[in-house]
Amino acid sequence: MLRKMLATVGWVEERSGAIAFVAPIMTHRVPRDAKWWYVFGSATLMFFMIQLVSGTLLATLYAPSAADAFQSLQYIDQQVPMGWMLRAIHGMSSNFMVIMVLVHMSQVFLHASFKYPRELTWMVGVLLLFCTLALAFTGQIMRWDQDAYWGLGIGASIVDRVPVFGNQMRNVLLGGPYIGGATLSRFFALHVFVLPGTTIALVGLHLALILKGGVSEMPKAGQLVDPATYKKEYEERVHKTGVPFFPDAAKRDMVFCGLALILMVGLAMWMGPAGPNGNPDPTIIDANPRPDAAFLWIFSALALLPPQIETFLLLASPPVIVIGLLAIPLISNRGERAPTRRPIAVITMLLIVVAIGALTWLGVSSPWSPVMDAWTSVPTPVHMVKRLSPLQMQGAVVLQYQQCRNCHALDGEGGMRGPDLADVGSRLSWDQLVRQVQQGGGNMPAYGKTLSSAETVALAAFLQSCRTDGTGPSTIPGALERATSPDLPPVAVPPVGE
Amino acid sequence: MSDGCKDCQGGCGGGAAPKSSRRGAMFMIGAGLMGIGTVVAGIPLVGALVAPGFRRYGNTWIDIGSVGDYPVGETRLAKFAVPGANPNDGETASAAAWVRSMDGGKFQVFAVNCAHLGCPVKWFQQSRLFMCPCHGGVYYEDGSRASGPPPRGLFEYHAKIENGRLLIDAGRLPGLEESA
Repeated sequence: MLRKMLATVGWVEERSGAIAFVAPIMTHRVPRDAKWWYVFGSATLMFFMIQLVSGTLLATLYAPSAADAFQSLQYIDQQVPMGWMLRAIHGMSSNFMVIMVLVHMSQVFLHASFKYPRELTWMVGVLLLFCTLALAFTGQIMRWDQDAYWGLGIGASIVDRVPVFGNQMRNVLLGGPYIGGATLSRFFALHVFVLPGTTIALVGLHLALILKGGVSEMPKAGQLVDPATYKKEYEERVHKTGVPFFPDAAKRDMVFCGLALILMVGLAMWMGPAGPNGNPDPTIIDANPRPDAAFLWIFSALALLPPQIETFLLLASPPVIVIGLLAIPLISNRGERAPTRRPIAVITMLLIVVAIGALTWLGVSSPWSPVMDAWTSVPTPVHMVKRLSPLQMQGAVVLQYQQCRNCHALDGEGGMRGPDLADVGSRLSWDQLVRQVQQGGGNMPAYGKTLSSAETVALAAFLQSCRTDGTGPSTIPGALERATSPDLPPVAVPPVGE
Repeated sequence: MSDGCKDCQGGCGGGAAPKSSRRGAMFMIGAGLMGIGTVVAGIPLVGALVAPGFRRYGNTWIDIGSVGDYPVGETRLAKFAVPGANPNDGETASAAAWVRSMDGGKFQVFAVNCAHLGCPVKWFQQSRLFMCPCHGGVYYEDGSRASGPPPRGLFEYHAKIENGRLLIDAGRLPGLEESA
């Protein structure tokens, strides 16, 4: 039996040369110190393979038509055996792939593995990063829900701002003059044919380049990269102290990938599939579109960019980011690799991580957005309306009824767009309160035309009663200090309605 | 042995030997034919992809209901079907607009898409404001910008009244192409 099997293998090998081709690849020598830092690339590849398999399976169930996509997802979730797991795994594995590609890239950057002779490996890796992000974005469109619809709207609005050809480019992106069936079909083709095909090709190139250049060693301070001598030195060291990739290095990849895989499936089972959130019906105005986690930082940046230079930054930053990342090994491909000797690189990296992390965190709460239902759903804190005059009570009603709470919190409850009003009476004098309500300003709409003078007086009276304990009503700027400081005489101006 | 093999042994790689000129010509013809073929095949392929960029998509007059459906002093949501929609558009073949009915039979019709980045703005009757859920753009009842990141007021459709019906000039996704 065994002899027969071996004979079969030999027969195939004689004709294909498969073992002769694969064996040197599997056993190529890698540096002995290539330990746990080196597992992230393999994990990225593993999650990409899971995406290929789970994505192909989803394609057998999903209806890529704008009329049916939403229903087909619900069918997959609720009717198809294991369907919800399939969607959950595809979605969670996408998150893991994005995270792993970022961690892998950070490690390569920190260890300067992009330096000679691995510049091209880095560049192909940068392209793979953008393929991954493009797959994540187009995958979010596949959900064909409100987030997908309005996310496309945001993308279309950005493209629309391109000078001269903006509108034409937008129509190419959408496949027509509006977001519809043609749009979903375009993004479906991108998501299941163009981007996976490109990614497979680039992964092949990436791996071939890794084999050609060899796996980089752990950086050592003082061990400089010199293109004139590096290859020879590396070959000698790896030949002398290196170990075969399989099984010596691969065993760590296997341990890490196995754990990551189990964690991913566990999280997918726990959290379930994402969306679809709400029908993609453009006439449903009560939408609250948010992008997936990988793009929340961009969503935040769009809210916080200064309007004067917003269009310029929107259009200029993508090419700058792409070219900047591609150019990193051209800027510096020799010298030190150790992070301890490359402070600017490390600080730059930290700044980027902190910035993207902070923007993502802001995106979760999006304090710049009005809370659309706060005026009906968030109660007025009881202690703030105790012992108020009828006029002040009326003002509290005006505050609620005029949707002020959508942007202003009282004691932390309500919108975060404007300041919390719980102590506004200590900060603004009567005149300032009236002026602010009537004329707006500082990113607040003017209510002069909307409110009657009686409503304005009532509102100002309530706002004046909103004070921190023990302080009198603010009268002039700086009155809070005056009221709380024993050294200064209190300013006695009778407040209206107090 | 043919002449061709001798040519090769003489080094035909550069194509410099006089005897290989015929082969060089063949190579050039082949490259030319492949080039022409690529263009011939490529024009329809690329053309199909970028065709929407070369078409002028006009708006058409769409009936969004009777004038009486919109009480004076109020702003209401009008829903309508996108003209020329594809059968597989599903729910995305519908669209909406905010209709502001004013004294003297005048109307203002706004796109629901925020002028910042296109999210759906919501009308609040009490404060007479439009608010956007994405990045916090706010507009007054006449569509002008009140606060937030929008660089301009709401996009406004041309509107007219015919036989007691309110018509708007719409169809494409509102964007900067809209003049108003």
